[in-house]
Amino acid sequence: MRHGFGHWPDGLSGFASWSEGRAFTPSKTKKAPIMGLQVLFFYLFAFIAVASAFMVIAAKNPVYSVLFLILTFFNAAGLFLLTGAEFLAMILLVVYVGAVAVLFLFVVMMLDIDFAELRAGVLEYAPVGALIGLILAAELIIVVGGSTFSPEIAKGIAMPIPAVTERTNTAALGDVLYTHYIYFFQIAGLVLLVAMIGAIVLTLRHRENIKRQSIPRQVARSPETAVEVVTVKPGQGL
Amino acid sequence: MDAFISSYVWPTAIMIGQSLLLLVALLVFIAYILLADRKIWAAVQLRRGPNVVGPWGLFQSFADLLKFVFKEPVIPAGANKTIFLLAPLVSVTLALAAWAVIPLNANWVIANINVGILFVFAISSLEVYGIIMGGWASNSKYPFLGALRSAAQMVSYEVSIGFVIVTVLLCVGSLNLTDIVNAQSDGLGTMIGLPASFLDWHWLSLFPMFIVFFISALAETNRPPFDLPEAESELVAGFMVEYGSTPYMMFMLGEYAAICLMCALTTILFLGGWLPPVDIWILNWVPGIIWFVLKASFVFFMFAMVKAFVPRYRYDQLMRLGWKVFLPLSLAMVVIVAFVLKLMGWA
Repeated sequence: MRHGFGHWPDGLSGFASWSEGRAFTPSKTKKAPIMGLQVLFFYLFAFIAVASAFMVIAAKNPVYSVLFLILTFFNAAGLFLLTGAEFLAMILLVVYVGAVAVLFLFVVMMLDIDFAELRAGVLEYAPVGALIGLILAAELIIVVGGSTFSPEIAKGIAMPIPAVTERTNTAALGDVLYTHYIYFFQIAGLVLLVAMIGAIVLTLRHRENIKRQSIPRQVARSPETAVEVVTVKPGQGL
Repeated sequence: MDAFISSYVWPTAIMIGQSLLLLVALLVFIAYILLADRKIWAAVQLRRGPNVVGPWGLFQSFADLLKFVFKEPVIPAGANKTIFLLAPLVSVTLALAAWAVIPLNANWVIANINVGILFVFAISSLEVYGIIMGGWASNSKYPFLGALRSAAQMVSYEVSIGFVIVTVLLCVGSLNLTDIVNAQSDGLGTMIGLPASFLDWHWLSLFPMFIVFFISALAETNRPPFDLPEAESELVAGFMVEYGSTPYMMFMLGEYAAICLMCALTTILFLGGWLPPVDIWILNWVPGIIWFVLKASFVFFMFAMVKAFVPRYRYDQLMRLGWKVFLPLSLAMVVIVAFVLKLMGWA
């Protein structure tokens, strides 16, 4: 029995398991009550996610905003777990919370911002923001409301999906990325590589006339090449 | 009602009981790890170390605990109070949370999840938040410098830890920590006809990665020689300058819980977890948990010896080691291991 988290197209059901079999914390005996708990946790995670997402824009201090953003990521990860997408949940934590948000926090803490000035323009920009928000919400509703693939397309795109008990979703994702769509995946990687090299080239400047440590040279030194023993005669100095 | 109790209350009670048991055992273990750290450090420097409280100073950590708890917490006037107090909590909670998925013996694990290693990796990458938040909220320059250093340092070394984990995962083919240990019951040793022994564990077959992981674990937990976030010679005590009493103790507790976690993770990934060193009946008869604790303690002994022996790194050398040595090395090993596994048909 599925509760109303929206309707998954069949092609996604491989990822959208309901904690059955080897999915997150498997427990055969708890199958029935897990459903009730899942609904409870869904509303908990969803509520905190929405509330903290609101606080991201409402908080007075930008550091608070980033911390609320992190809370939002956490709850989004919780929602992923509820749908059985354990791998995505963990990757969300590792990549977004563990790396991206750290850099956000890093930058925001270094900023010297006049909070009053920052807040002054809020009402001015509010209508534009509200408009964009409305458009996004409308699009989401359209997608969720009409999210059924036509049977022909579903037949065309969907791979044969093994039962959740046989295939963990990490392995399933690996199949999709590294076996079925390997070229697209490689091209995406290449684009990222080019972007990375571009960023490095843009910011790299090699300054002249400063002392640099050369580890190989340092390691290659021996007492013979590094130390000179001088016999100093008394009263003469060097 | 019976169904409610048997399906909700009872499993929850068992889960809470197990968690509490693990928590108490872990905290006592950490108390003695702390003492061992000080004793080993003292022994290397020809000192006695703490030896007054209890026989051989065995109760020193508990005396310290009481002293920390009964002191008055001082919050600086300019500090951001909420985040100042939240930071040590975050630090200790995260460090303890990761223990939920660590298998201490066959089937001795609170949450046996599919993506166990990713969970531990995610939690250890979040531990930087306690330090950044503490450093920023103190509203003072030394803590802030410490926080910035730690942010850069921990993010850098996570990258190589991630690649080391990937090489292990390539050999195992599972993200489950129990599977990773079980996969080490046969390996290089059994391949040349020996009985199952310590030669099968990953430390031998992935030796360079074992070293990289060990050093990265030192950097990830801010242990000497990579303790730049709290380098006392230049930053007083880094991000902890403004902390005292219980909040300070929680930072220390979080730090040592994270160190124990890294020791346990090294044991699981490279030293065969709870498997006995040689597969003979007398060693098999010893419970697996004993082997696990012995191996983790050995790794911690190495941590403590490194602290006693090695002088602190300079910050640019630390970054160079992370990005220019470990990252290319571990990336190359991922490719090499993948090729070898594919060519030999082992995967």
